Amino acid sequence: MEPVIKPEVKKPTVFRSVPRKKRKTRVDVGLVLLLLPGVLYFLVYKYLPMLGLVMSFQDYSPFLGFWKSPWVGWKHFETLFQDKESLRVIWNTLVISFYQILFAFPLPILLAILIHELRHQWYRRFIQSLVYLPHFLSWVVIVGIFVVFLRSDGLVNQLLGWFDIRPISFLTSPDWFQPLIVFQVIWKESGWGTIIILAALAGVNPGLYEAAVIDGANRWQQMWYITLPAIRNTIIILLILRLGTVMDTGFEQIFLMLNPFTMEVGNVLDTYVYYKGIQQGDVSFATAVGLFKGAVGLVLVVIANRTAKRFGQGGIY
Amino acid sequence: MHFRSRAGKMFDWLNAGLLLLIALSMLFPFVYIFSVSFSSLEDVLQNDLLLWPKRWVTDAYTYILHSDQFLTSFWVTVYVTVVGTAVNMFFTATMAYGLSRPFPGQRAVLFMVVFTLLFQAGLIPTYMVVKETGLMDSLWSLIFPVAINPFNLIVMRQFFLNIPRELQEAAIIDGANTLQVFWRIVLPLSKPALAAFSLFYAVMHWNNYFSAILYINDPAKWPLQVVLRQIVIVDEPNAALQGGQSMMEHPPPPETVQMAAILLTTLPILVLYPFLQKYFVKGVMLGSIKE
Repeated sequence: MEPVIKPEVKKPTVFRSVPRKKRKTRVDVGLVLLLLPGVLYFLVYKYLPMLGLVMSFQDYSPFLGFWKSPWVGWKHFETLFQDKESLRVIWNTLVISFYQILFAFPLPILLAILIHELRHQWYRRFIQSLVYLPHFLSWVVIVGIFVVFLRSDGLVNQLLGWFDIRPISFLTSPDWFQPLIVFQVIWKESGWGTIIILAALAGVNPGLYEAAVIDGANRWQQMWYITLPAIRNTIIILLILRLGTVMDTGFEQIFLMLNPFTMEVGNVLDTYVYYKGIQQGDVSFATAVGLFKGAVGLVLVVIANRTAKRFGQGGIY
Repeated sequence: MHFRSRAGKMFDWLNAGLLLLIALSMLFPFVYIFSVSFSSLEDVLQNDLLLWPKRWVTDAYTYILHSDQFLTSFWVTVYVTVVGTAVNMFFTATMAYGLSRPFPGQRAVLFMVVFTLLFQAGLIPTYMVVKETGLMDSLWSLIFPVAINPFNLIVMRQFFLNIPRELQEAAIIDGANTLQVFWRIVLPLSKPALAAFSLFYAVMHWNNYFSAILYINDPAKWPLQVVLRQIVIVDEPNAALQGGQSMMEHPPPPETVQMAAILLTTLPILVLYPFLQKYFVKGVMLGSIKE
């Protein structure tokens, strides 16, 4: 490529009198070239699939294709709301999301407040670098670690054996499935979730704490009257945005944890789409389930963002 | 500074201790996995809490590293991570810079991007498009369908918008076109941000499991995470590591093989972790700053 600055050029080319109008309407070829790959990507892999959603109103057959497959109207959506199995799947999705919000959502906040209270910078950095670690591990590794620790001859059951407790079949028991899913998310993401809270806490004026101490406030009072109010808005926004994603339960994690024994309590919308559409070949129904999930998700996220903006903060868009 | 009363001091100690426990709970699984992976059959069978190998045995690693499947999958993952990240960066950086320049229709293109954050067509239609574009059973199926993460794109555009206008305008006056400004002015100024996004994409590729389950049937093209699932979660280490058995008369105990496989798969992430931490925290902060 030519150098940008050519000192030997003496002609004042840029000042050549080009009519203003003409200059404005000229297409910037470079800009078009920059935008082209990305726009093509979005059209092919994000928007072309949206056309495929018509399958959810058909009895799609790969031999007939989109144009010739028979139209069936809302049939698949009616099945979705009548079939016992799919109602169970919707229920599981909501229940797991509810537990995540109840247990996994508050923990990063608590953890961040505790980290914020640490006095020594080096110790704080040490703790932070350890708690961020699990965020970078794959779900296969994390579920793998849980499997190795929790199976019948795993470490946890060995330890229970020392107290004469009989081995618990954590991985194949429907009672343990949902708690384990929530616990894994807590272990993987709690540390990472502290970042945004700690950032909000970093903005607190230290003078507030000094003034509180002079007024005789103890540590709990400082935490209650200074630390918590400082992050209240951040917490509300995060909660609203989290509520907007209740339909997303995390595909890989649940898929890796599922087995025939836990299907009853663990099959969620994402995994249901996979089993129905890819494994059983019921393409149209699976597309309908996916469309249902996407549409509800869209409505929830839009409401969540509107609400978040009302609290004076930007949403995710 | 906090006022240090006696109760305050006690709180500090308790807090420091509690956080140490929490932090160690993140580390403990790896210590245990590490020591079991280097232990002998007898020590594994003893059912003690192994926090350090009693006798160092490397059979599990020898076994895994002689498995054709493991080595093939390792290179598949390395390939997808390197090529995939390069593709990600090309697609994301070009479009992010394009969107940071004013042009007619910019709002429409931005809306097209943001809308995909709110609504996605879902698994099945995307699967059909991957199939129709001829990517089934090709490693490109792990790369092209995820070529741009819309959220990264928006954050990177925000970053480019913050680069002083004057610098770019000066170059344009000197006769540079948009591509030259992008390549010679904008990209060199964005090196730290580009490093952060590359790491982000690289971790995504290294950890990706589900795309391969969907799109790749040929075991010779399975990435590492798929094989790791077979070794550990499906609990079939010997079947998953076909091609390794011939090297040893008695395969090492399956527990040790599983632990060694987990460690080997995680090793690159652990090695990169110091960089990851530095850049990722910055990335999260970058993302939380809005116009």
